[in-house]
Amino acid sequence: MQIQDFEKIFQGKIDTEVKIEPKDWMPDAYRKTNIRQISQHAHSEVVGMLPEGNWISRAPSLKRKAILLAKVQDEAGHGLYLYSAAETLGMSRDEMIEQLLTGKAKYSSIFNYPTLTWADMGAVGWLVDGAAILNQVMLCRTSYGPYARAMVRICKEESFHQRQGFEILLVLSKGTPEQKAMCQDAINRWWWPSLMMFGPKDTESTNSDQSMKWKIKRKTNDELRQQFVDMVVGQIKVLGMTLPDADLKWNEDRNHYDFGEIDWNEFWAVVKGNGPCNKERLDARNQAHVEGAWVREAAMAYAEKKAKKLEMKVA
Amino acid sequence: MQQPIPNSKFLIPYCLHLADTTLILSQRNSEWCGHGPILEQDIAITNISLDLLGQSRNFYQYAAELISQKNGNIVTEDSLAYLREATEFKNLLLAELPRGDWGNTILRQYFFSEFQFILFEQLKNHSDTQLAAIAAKGIKETTYHIRWSKEWVIRLGDGTAESHDRIKAALPILWTYTEELFIPAEYEVNLGIDFDIMKKIWLEKVMAVFEEATLSIPENIVMHTGGKNGLHTSELELILAEMQQLQRTYPGAEW
Repeated sequence: MQIQDFEKIFQGKIDTEVKIEPKDWMPDAYRKTNIRQISQHAHSEVVGMLPEGNWISRAPSLKRKAILLAKVQDEAGHGLYLYSAAETLGMSRDEMIEQLLTGKAKYSSIFNYPTLTWADMGAVGWLVDGAAILNQVMLCRTSYGPYARAMVRICKEESFHQRQGFEILLVLSKGTPEQKAMCQDAINRWWWPSLMMFGPKDTESTNSDQSMKWKIKRKTNDELRQQFVDMVVGQIKVLGMTLPDADLKWNEDRNHYDFGEIDWNEFWAVVKGNGPCNKERLDARNQAHVEGAWVREAAMAYAEKKAKKLEMKVA
Repeated sequence: MQQPIPNSKFLIPYCLHLADTTLILSQRNSEWCGHGPILEQDIAITNISLDLLGQSRNFYQYAAELISQKNGNIVTEDSLAYLREATEFKNLLLAELPRGDWGNTILRQYFFSEFQFILFEQLKNHSDTQLAAIAAKGIKETTYHIRWSKEWVIRLGDGTAESHDRIKAALPILWTYTEELFIPAEYEVNLGIDFDIMKKIWLEKVMAVFEEATLSIPENIVMHTGGKNGLHTSELELILAEMQQLQRTYPGAEW
């Protein structure tokens, strides 16, 4: 068969909603795009452990501490599923991690913002996980089978996290004046970075068209962002808080909320490594990796010793 | 052995001792969350941290109930964890020591889990049914903690030269805090717990694992005690300053 025929079969599957599986033929660019996207997603889960992990020791009640620990642990679990999904495309986890540690691979920019107060645990859960979920629900139907299946599991846990985040804010919103102020301040700081999570505008996005054709994505950045704004505007009323956007208003004609312009200079600065915590996050990952090297080596050496002993026994 | 129904005068500090130990060890282990040597082990140590936290909450809740019954004032798991001073904490010193490297964390966890299992085996038949129920629930978790930490002690002890040296370096320091596990505080004397038997079983188990891990028990060591009676290392003050920060800064607030 000619390569064109393979491509035809491949696109035929996509068009008829048949999942692409690891051993199927696929265009190189499809493979690469998926590796890039899934590994970035895995890295985001792992780096995403840091800003929230930062508050485990200071969680204000034992119940909150337990919920937060479990949540951050879930994120590690998500990282594992996603690395496994990406490995089915032919790149090893070691190689992916190497790319993260050297800064070659990206992760979600949102985790380059600091978590300054306890209310940030609420805002991250509600807004950041909320934004992530919209993307992830879409990805449950992505064309690459292992990725789609990983996302189904992840989505279930994420929506739980989002509710927990909202609940943290709800309690604060009914609390003391200091707690209310803490709640509003966290929303103010996390709102715009959350909107940035959906990526550049459709008119600026380089990978979008092909990804839509391959059904890696099924909604554009702007569509998802709009969906998010509409959702949050409804929910913030329950908190009695406000969103820091003077241009936010209902648009009868569009049947959506209009919202203000994102600061794209900030967006690109953080993407390019100049956000408030880019260095801190990468340093933390690198430190854990370096300090863990002797542990991984020991585990390997011991496994080899054990295998040899077993071999000798059998012989 | 049939234990006597304990007087709340002893039972309350004992529950606090069990609660404080598991909370502080959970707090220490949770420092690894997001910083573990490999993702699977990050998850495992966090899991143990969560189990210990769950156990501590059970003991605090029980202590709170007993205190409320006795004094009539309202006490909760959170007021006990967040509003007591370091000198009021009764945790084992072993729990508050810094996490150190992976070898130190592993070995500490192993010592503690092996001890906790034997203790819970005794407590699960205790005449105080609430204490017995909490212990019985914990046994399943502790069984996993032992298996996990034991495998790592062996893996590090018999892994590479570096891993052997590291865990060997952690050993003499941690060892000096193990005697305290088996010296009953005043409130433990009348609870019907056989500390001598516990020590004997614990030593046998540790020695068997050490043999496989090519480690040996340090000799001529001066032991540290005091935690059970509120005499701590300077570490505990720092742990509590961090942990209790929000509750102390905003008294009376709900979270």
